[in-house]
Amino acid sequence: MLGHRLSEWCGHGPILEEDIALTNIALDLVGEANLLLGRAATAENAGRDADALAFLRDVREYRNALIVELPKGDFGFTVARQFLFSVYALHQWEALSTSADDDLAGIAAKALKETRYHVRHSAEWLVRLGDGTDESHGRVQDALDELWRFTGELFLTDDVEQALVKQKLAVDSSSLFDAWKRDVTDVISRATLRMPGDVYMQRGGRSGMHTEHLGVMLAEMQVLPRTYPGAKW
Amino acid sequence: MTKKKQPEPAETGATEHQLWEVFTQPGGGKPFEHAGSVHAPDAEMALQNARDVYARRGEAVNLWVVPSSAIVASTPEDIGPFFDPGNDKPYRHPQFYKVPRGIKV
Repeated sequence: MLGHRLSEWCGHGPILEEDIALTNIALDLVGEANLLLGRAATAENAGRDADALAFLRDVREYRNALIVELPKGDFGFTVARQFLFSVYALHQWEALSTSADDDLAGIAAKALKETRYHVRHSAEWLVRLGDGTDESHGRVQDALDELWRFTGELFLTDDVEQALVKQKLAVDSSSLFDAWKRDVTDVISRATLRMPGDVYMQRGGRSGMHTEHLGVMLAEMQVLPRTYPGAKW
Repeated sequence: MTKKKQPEPAETGATEHQLWEVFTQPGGGKPFEHAGSVHAPDAEMALQNARDVYARRGEAVNLWVVPSSAIVASTPEDIGPFFDPGNDKPYRHPQFYKVPRGIKV
């Protein structure tokens, strides 16, 4: 999801170097998604592969958190979202790297290395935009305020997750919150930005209830395999 | 929010970030080689940009970034006085010396 959103910057980055950086991160995320969907397809054992899960599911069948499907916005929004998500992903991967499922633990160990860089890159940008000009400070603060209500969903747990936690396959997402909050608070204050206050937390993505943006995004993301089923390129 | 001065491009004359030269070390103990250059606002971002542009396919185990303005270079006009004198002094090359008989090369 987020890999696709980042790939929308390809050819539109603020400078060539950042264009390449964003595309690199996009590729990392798409690679992680490919591995996870491949593992999920094996577990499902219903004849679907990773491509089928990515390209042939409709909006309501998607289970992603809402924060990753929001439009890319301006560069400040992209940086703020990447930062908030990457710090979450870092702690999630770290915990999953000790999963009882060897495949999942392997995917997590690989993703963890990539995610450390995503955090470093987005955190450094957040500091520069926050501690930059009035314009960049204002834009990135607006982005943080706008995104904040989508962060709560990342730490919700449900029955499916709890069942996996019992088998030591997954981690309780709510247990990651304190570490995330600590890291995020630290960088936001370094960036001379203000922590958004308590707001109503949006939810729904995890149960298939999405924003209106996801359908539009999937239309673009899925058009090729749906128009030419089984196409190879 | 504290008020900050926003530098206008007209004040600094700059519309692009500073230029940095990138050197990559292809392996442990190997000499650093010049790879190219990147634009970046400061050293940390220069390092990250260099990583993304020149080291994303495992080309390097180490990176240097140096402000391009810190490079002191010889000029094309130097080519005579700087480099020519070496050419007509063959005794400066190791090939000038005859290898004594009995020594295997």
